[in-house]
Amino acid sequence: MSIKFLLNGETVELPEANPTVTLLDWLRETRMLSGTKEGCNEGDCGACTVMVTDDGGAKALNACILFLPQLHGKAVRTVEGLSGPDGEMHPVQEAMVAHHGSQCGFCTPGFIGSMAVAHRNGRVDFDDALAGNLCRCTGYAPIIRAAEAAAEHPVPTWVQDVAPTVPASALSPESGDELAAWYQANPDGTLIAGATDVGLWVTKQLRDLGPIAFLHRCKDLQQIEDQGDHLRIGAGVSMAQLHPILKEYHPSYAEMVRRYGSEQVRQAATIGGNIANGSPIGDNPPALIALGARLHLRKGDTRREMAIEDFFVAYGKQDRAPGEFVEAVTITKSAPDLRCYKLSKRFDQDISALCGCFSVTLDNGVIASVRLAFGGMAGTPMRAAKAEEALVGQVWNEASMDAAAKALAQDFTPLSDMRASAEYRMKTAQNMLHRYFADLSGAPVSVLEVQP
Amino acid sequence: MSVAKSLPHDAAKLHVSGAARYVDDIPTPTGTLHLAFGQSEVAHGEITDIDLSAVRGSLGVTAVLTAQDLPFDNDVSPSAHDEPLLAKGSVHYVGQPIFLVVATSHLLARKAARLAKISYKELPALFSIDEAMAANSRFEDAPRIYQKGDAQTAIAGAARKISGAIEMGGQEHFYLEGQAALALPQEGGDMLVHSSTQHPTEIQHKVAEALGVPMNAVRVEVRRMGGGFGGKESQGNALAVGCAIAARLTGKPCKMRYDRDDDMVITGKRHDFRISYEAGFDETGRITGVNFVHYARCGWAQDLSLPVADRAMLHSDNAYFLENARIESHRLKTNTQSATAYRGFGGPQGMLGIERVMDHIAYDLGRDPLEVRRVNYYAPMQIENAGASGGSFNGKMKPQTTPYGMQVEDFILHEMTDALAMSSQYEARRAAIEKWNAVNPILKKGIALTPVKFGISFTLTHLNQAGALVHVYSDGSVHMNHGGTEMGQGLFQKIAQVAAAQFGIDVSRVKITATDTAKVPNTSATAASSGTDLNGMAVQAACVTIRDRMAQFIAGRHHVKASEVAFAQGAVEVAGTRYTFEEVASLAYQNRISLSATGFYKTPKLAWDRIKGEGRPFFYFAYGASVTEVVIDTLTGENRILRTDILHDAGASLNPALDIGQVEGGYVQGAGWLTMEELVWDDKGRLRTHAPSTYKIPACSDRPDIFNVSLWDGSNPEQTIYRSKAVGEPPFMHGISALMALSDAVAACGKGYPSLDAPATPERILKTIQQVRDGV
Repeated sequence: MSIKFLLNGETVELPEANPTVTLLDWLRETRMLSGTKEGCNEGDCGACTVMVTDDGGAKALNACILFLPQLHGKAVRTVEGLSGPDGEMHPVQEAMVAHHGSQCGFCTPGFIGSMAVAHRNGRVDFDDALAGNLCRCTGYAPIIRAAEAAAEHPVPTWVQDVAPTVPASALSPESGDELAAWYQANPDGTLIAGATDVGLWVTKQLRDLGPIAFLHRCKDLQQIEDQGDHLRIGAGVSMAQLHPILKEYHPSYAEMVRRYGSEQVRQAATIGGNIANGSPIGDNPPALIALGARLHLRKGDTRREMAIEDFFVAYGKQDRAPGEFVEAVTITKSAPDLRCYKLSKRFDQDISALCGCFSVTLDNGVIASVRLAFGGMAGTPMRAAKAEEALVGQVWNEASMDAAAKALAQDFTPLSDMRASAEYRMKTAQNMLHRYFADLSGAPVSVLEVQP
Repeated sequence: MSVAKSLPHDAAKLHVSGAARYVDDIPTPTGTLHLAFGQSEVAHGEITDIDLSAVRGSLGVTAVLTAQDLPFDNDVSPSAHDEPLLAKGSVHYVGQPIFLVVATSHLLARKAARLAKISYKELPALFSIDEAMAANSRFEDAPRIYQKGDAQTAIAGAARKISGAIEMGGQEHFYLEGQAALALPQEGGDMLVHSSTQHPTEIQHKVAEALGVPMNAVRVEVRRMGGGFGGKESQGNALAVGCAIAARLTGKPCKMRYDRDDDMVITGKRHDFRISYEAGFDETGRITGVNFVHYARCGWAQDLSLPVADRAMLHSDNAYFLENARIESHRLKTNTQSATAYRGFGGPQGMLGIERVMDHIAYDLGRDPLEVRRVNYYAPMQIENAGASGGSFNGKMKPQTTPYGMQVEDFILHEMTDALAMSSQYEARRAAIEKWNAVNPILKKGIALTPVKFGISFTLTHLNQAGALVHVYSDGSVHMNHGGTEMGQGLFQKIAQVAAAQFGIDVSRVKITATDTAKVPNTSATAASSGTDLNGMAVQAACVTIRDRMAQFIAGRHHVKASEVAFAQGAVEVAGTRYTFEEVASLAYQNRISLSATGFYKTPKLAWDRIKGEGRPFFYFAYGASVTEVVIDTLTGENRILRTDILHDAGASLNPALDIGQVEGGYVQGAGWLTMEELVWDDKGRLRTHAPSTYKIPACSDRPDIFNVSLWDGSNPEQTIYRSKAVGEPPFMHGISALMALSDAVAACGKGYPSLDAPATPERILKTIQQVRDGV
């Protein structure tokens, strides 16, 4: 397997790279580029953030959970390469010095990476762009001042990489067809899309993965197709790619995705991966269930589809045969009363203790149909059947929500863990129904929208 | 002058370009080996069998060491000699190092470390405060008690009384750079150690003991840490000692860095506390007597727990004059990580106890908590102490004393509180919040203003000393070294500014060099906020020595007194002649004048008896006050800080930009401790929050939307370096205003007093809302 990419403007070819070596380890241990730091080795602190440019533009990615083959055909810029060829500082570097944005300096190269990407893309929503970079020293205020100050300066020419054109590489199928053939031949293989989950199998569980395929070259799986009143979202669509589409059709779902992982995670993570791994606490499934999404699976040349909730059979078990993969998910464009509520200890980049996504249809003030989907309440993402039953046919009012909240106790027996107790999960799941009612009535329900 | 200027951190350009070098970035010689610990899987037990054959046979493994393989002292404790590097037959917490893998790479060492087969005879383990109290499992024979007056009688006779308790969680340091060390064997059995440590001398001392060599055979160098916060005061010992032993045994350089999960599982954290209280007070809220009982969960080894718990007791008064006070402190031994130093060193916990009491009293009286706080403040600083001119001040009061008998002579919180309340529009906003809450059934706002008074000095008096080594080269460039370490706080920059000011030269002429036990010996940890106070004075002393020699020499050539020589703006002026500093350095060299000097400083006025709890443990106090406004969601407990205003006293700041950086960062870290940062252990004593995926420190958007931070325009009445004040730890405690604001918001939900515990996670807030609604 040969991998070819640009590193700080220079072509790198690795004819025999170990496919599960991370970019971070390779930079630090093989290339002796020690500017990029390891803070957590699991994509949660951002100290290893680098700029990666492909035909979709410049992205901030965590190098610690980015395998070398994922870079094939891309351009990487580390903190060393963000300074100019003659040592000129990038505007974000200048601003960080001028605004006292570094103290211990260990998180700084990662911040510089994220800030340089935001700067290149003209973004000014810095709280979101930098949510995946942790700093323990500054309290972030001077970093934001620096980002704001740098925004006025032009993007330096030297960071405007163009991704190289490369031939196909082993381990990286070029299409859904190639993938289907490979997976049928290697049904016990591991598929790696964004590696935001599989990466940790390697860096934390220290697992050997066996046969692997990288999906990032399957462009046909990365399309969002407008089908009139529906959208067909390819499994390889990243959360960052999906976010603007959701903003247009499902703003509440989009607001949840704004808090999903971090910029670095959203740029890598795919919707297919978030569904296929079957986690009971993934944030997409409850929203998709509430939307009545259809899931499309493929094995070889055989395709089938199902209601997405039927995919999640039990904890750790999905309705997916060996060699079968998630190809796409179809959602409606219209669900005006969809609301998604993500509950976690920290707003940004935190796994949900509980995620509730609801969609109701009223007919003259009476509940014609309703979908109440939860993550974090059971071994799978799940609908609250009893609570839904308690609502259908009832008048849309507080009393109905009370009844539904009571019924919810029969739907779920949540667990206690480090994120929340079982009691808290149940209580807030019930309260979310009250929040939903208040929300649709126009009452303020989000602390994120309150001004001082 | 180069002091009082907002110059950037000396390494800022290196930080932003990725060129700043940390331990793991130091290029290593070929053949360097990498280490990982095998850890205990049980919280308390005897090791009955240990099979390391799979570890030894694992790819890349060069050696595997257990306690029996250690040639000399098997101890990495900073205090009581109770912390073996590798377990000696028994284990005392989940994560305790049992064996050491030496392998050809970091990854291979980690992989091998997981292959051990160890059997244990499990013993009963103590995790909670209640379990430890029931078993009388403690450090020291009995609780420590400090008292003043007669609290019990005063409370009994008081017009009103309250009692309660507050639980406060521990805190993971989460320095972005994990623990790391690199040992390079030298000729003749000497060892060079690079360590990410706040305490190079301790590393030197422990490595020397472990290798059976005198301290002069070990040199420790520290250029910088990627954050410390107290977590690198003692917790780096194990890595440095492990590397040195492995390097000695293999003859190869050895490096060790903890993977983040290992770091969080193995190393100590802030002590969690329970503080129970009863207080008697009058109708104005003035406390007549208060009684505190502190329960500190110290973990399995003593580490620094005694001085941490002492400091908690010493901050039980915070800013308030307590005539009758009793503080009882239990230092409990549990089967968990050995709790260690963390910014504030017990001070935040003790301070939170009395702030809770203030909040509770105000609630009981139905008054604004700020009024109650002011009523209880210490008397203001006397005028001559404030720096005003004039003769004696007739009829002045004797300064009030703390519960440990120290006179509070520098109290400036009356003025600071007035100024902050005005600039933050505290009263108007408090009224506006009341109105807002009346029309918002689901969301509620809260606001609180809390003060900070923090004692500056190590309470172990002999640690209050520092040394420095300064050279002036014949080209006029300056090389500066001192015992302090740089962990991001800007210590090196501030001290370089001091050196430059002493010589009247530009700060760019001063070379900042790595802390090195061979240049300045017998140093204290860079801790207790003392870095600049101690090392700044030591560097100043060294500079003065050299400058006086230069002055004497150049004055002699002009037949004037040395005192008539002036050093300023890169020039030396004497008898109407103006030399460049470089010329004088060169001339001095040619005339055989020594241009190198050591400097030494010891803090004056200290006298402290920690057993009696009497004396003057602190040289002075640093002050500050903060106002935080929050909003909570009564359906989920979700909460957010909306606005924070802080006024902080850094004396005459050496570098206002760096000091403001400490205040902003300290606040966010302090608020994190009391809100979202939650450590969770399961019933087997396993830490479940051992990575940033599960342990959440504040992220970018968690800082207040509006964040106004100013420094108080003042000057330290004590003779500190340029009359500045220590600023490392005190701002951390501004985070208390966030918890009190949350408490205020919860109070808007019902009738009961919101005895909100920390960390105030959404879950804890929701539970407390339920309690106040039930009127509990």
